[in-house]
Amino acid sequence: MLPMRSLLPPLLFTLAYAGISLGVTNSYYQLILTLVPVWAVFGLSWNLLSGYTGLISFGHAAFFGIGAYATALGQIYFDISPWLLIPIAAVLGGIAGLLIGFPTFRLQGHYFALAMLAYPLAILYVFEWLGFQEVTLPIKRDAPIAYMQFADPHLYTLLGLALMLATIVLTQIIERSRFGMALLAIKQNEAAAEAAGINTLAWKLRAITLSGAIAAAIGGFYAQVLLVVTPASVFGMLVSAQALTVAMFGGVGTVWGPVIGSVILIPLAEILHAEAGARIPGIQGVIFGIAIVCVILLAPEGLFWKLRDLLRKRNAPKATASDTAETVAPNVTTLRPASPRPATGEVVLEVRNLSRSFGGLKAVQDVSFKLHKNEILGIIGPNGAGKTTLFNLLNGFLKPSQGEVLIDGRNMSGQRPHVICEAGIGRTFQVMRPFLRMSILDNVVVGAYVRARTDDQARQFAADAVARVGLSAVANRVAGELSTKELRLMELARAIAGQPRILLLDETLAGLGHGEADEVVAVIQQLARDGMTIAIIEHTMQAMVRLVDRFLVLDHGAVITEGLPEVVTRDSRVVEAYLGKKWAGHAAN
Amino acid sequence: MEGFFQALAAGLLIGAVYGLMCVGLGLIFGVMRVINFAHGDFMMLGMYTAFYLFTAAGVQTVFGNTVGPFVAILLAGPVLALFGYFVHRTLISHVSGTRTASLEGEGHYAQLILTLGIALILQNGGLIVFGSVLASIRTPLSSSAWELGPFFDMSIFLNKARSIDMIVSLAIMTLLSLLITRTRIGKSLRAAADNPTAATYMGIDVDRAHRTAFALGCGITAIAGGLLATNYPFHPFVGLEYVIVMYAGVVLGGMGSIIGAFWGGMTIGLVQQMSTLILPTQLQNAAIFAVFLLIIFFRPQGFFGRMVERT
Repeated sequence: MLPMRSLLPPLLFTLAYAGISLGVTNSYYQLILTLVPVWAVFGLSWNLLSGYTGLISFGHAAFFGIGAYATALGQIYFDISPWLLIPIAAVLGGIAGLLIGFPTFRLQGHYFALAMLAYPLAILYVFEWLGFQEVTLPIKRDAPIAYMQFADPHLYTLLGLALMLATIVLTQIIERSRFGMALLAIKQNEAAAEAAGINTLAWKLRAITLSGAIAAAIGGFYAQVLLVVTPASVFGMLVSAQALTVAMFGGVGTVWGPVIGSVILIPLAEILHAEAGARIPGIQGVIFGIAIVCVILLAPEGLFWKLRDLLRKRNAPKATASDTAETVAPNVTTLRPASPRPATGEVVLEVRNLSRSFGGLKAVQDVSFKLHKNEILGIIGPNGAGKTTLFNLLNGFLKPSQGEVLIDGRNMSGQRPHVICEAGIGRTFQVMRPFLRMSILDNVVVGAYVRARTDDQARQFAADAVARVGLSAVANRVAGELSTKELRLMELARAIAGQPRILLLDETLAGLGHGEADEVVAVIQQLARDGMTIAIIEHTMQAMVRLVDRFLVLDHGAVITEGLPEVVTRDSRVVEAYLGKKWAGHAAN
Repeated sequence: MEGFFQALAAGLLIGAVYGLMCVGLGLIFGVMRVINFAHGDFMMLGMYTAFYLFTAAGVQTVFGNTVGPFVAILLAGPVLALFGYFVHRTLISHVSGTRTASLEGEGHYAQLILTLGIALILQNGGLIVFGSVLASIRTPLSSSAWELGPFFDMSIFLNKARSIDMIVSLAIMTLLSLLITRTRIGKSLRAAADNPTAATYMGIDVDRAHRTAFALGCGITAIAGGLLATNYPFHPFVGLEYVIVMYAGVVLGGMGSIIGAFWGGMTIGLVQQMSTLILPTQLQNAAIFAVFLLIIFFRPQGFFGRMVERT
């Protein structure tokens, strides 16, 4: 649930807004005051999908229009009250979201955005063709309240505000829950999110369903306020653009962005339209456009983030300076030679004849090995040897062309990454993708949800994981302020927050200095001592020789050899793979 | 049967112009990966520029009513290219190219909202300057046709103005592909489109390549707009109607492929004209979107595109 602290600002804002609106008597200004929450809610619904997942939708007018037409046509043909029709509109919008999302989520990036553009426009032409060019809502003089037709326009404003408050609170709840975390993780790196145990498709579908429902509900309310619906005014491109504009202007990915954008832009546009539009038609659009251009050049991520960054800078220059001074030493004992650990010999992961080719390239061919409980296996090999491809096969990013991956004796090859993560495999990536604006702890929480049942438990798991890698002292710092080493440790914490039994580490030591690498190695050793089974990919032999129990050497996708560090490093085939034939000869001599 | 061939011919003629229009956007989209919402409005400016060059700047008196419009249309290209160059330099370069690394979502949010703002300014500024009366660049050729045939008792009529439009757009397409494949500028554009980081390491000024692409794209689409204007009347908000056709064409062709964008636009033209055979006219545009969605689902990389995934 939400703490009172975060419930208070929206509540105060809504009350203040309501107070101001009650003082306004001019009916045109009153209409503007009603439209502000309407577009704010529409912006919030867009933000719920696009702001948090990063999948930009150009087609939110589809949901808005469906809601508006459902509300209008339901009254005309079935004589249902809008009090009932708006919830029905929400259900229809949710269904539309599901139907649109299911095929469209196969697309990524720009393709998703542009495909979304097509839906409302296609529907627009269909509605025109059906003959709904201009639908006027019937006036109910006998029962105005039952049909949401108020004589006093203030009531529309209050109703709009109530919807806005509800949407803000809903967004805040989502932001803090597993739902919001999953969406943010998808925005940052969908592949990594899958690997952290997040069923990305399911969460995206939930987001678009909810987003569609909210957009349709507010579309229905909009129809009720204006009493006239035309295809262009609810399905048009400018309607979709309105959602983008208020949200991006105010700030994407925050509950306040669309509200700020709407509060500033809607009155500006409307008042310009009323004051200057009659004398010079179009001047309002020009000024509105100039305002948007100026703000985006000064604050490309929206007003909210710009203001927040400014406030941070003003409040915190001293605090951060003293923070960075104290170094973050992991509270783990220093480097010791590997393996005073009980190696039980029980096989937790078995790979049998695993192969994968891309066209003619055999990236991984016929690889078999066993990972025993509590051991550290180093996977080495020159660039392009197929190490990362092997990991991608193990954790489900790629489907093997042949062969099996057995986790605890169960064949898991070909399963989706989040399923494999649930089975107890965590992994880190060569390329780090932290959530730069979030604190370390919040970054790590994302990884905890695969095991945690409640939000509190997830926080607990995350705090434990942060402590295990020795980052507790900086847990509340924003990830954007961290060094490479701290980010590597944070990635490690994110992987272990999901309580895996097997960790796949992809070049965790890359880009680290000598001393830094030793610190990270110490953390990994401690994890192994605590019972974790680890497979690690690395280029640098030096650190690896001290870290691992056993080496698996790959070259051209196949296993060259496998064995204890001191044996493997003297193997001439290994030297040849790394340095070429000439050096292999030298080594032999 | 006659109707089918007539629609096919009409589709090919309009498709060639749509193709050129899409190529203009495809250049920008392919090289810069910026979704330029204002592109339809640049085209609108191109239409008005050609219109005023023809009527007010003396092109009509020098070249006459038949050749004049096409001269004016071709002249509008460089004018809009220059305009595009300045818009990129002063506005778009701030949120695109090498500056986006520090922005969330690689600056996509900022680019979208910025081009939406520019679109608003151009549309409404257009309304102030040009007024809301429909304009068109009519030539005597606009209302006459060549008759092909008769073959097997049927004749196909080709509108003369549209036929010349097609020839002009094919000629420009040829020039452009020569520019892209044979010259240094073309090389730098392709490099910047393919891998901006690697291009930078090779000593290519990616921001300059972006500026060139933007200017070229604006100029080409302006010419396409002028060609359309010989048959279709226009107004300051005409860009909204075409920007969607443009994006559909570019995505159909495959992002980053110039020739693909042309065939994408051609497909849109054909679908639009052929759909009149089986669908009511109001659903013409719905048909475009249906085809667009189908292709996006079954071949998201477009006709000529490649799937590039970076994890």
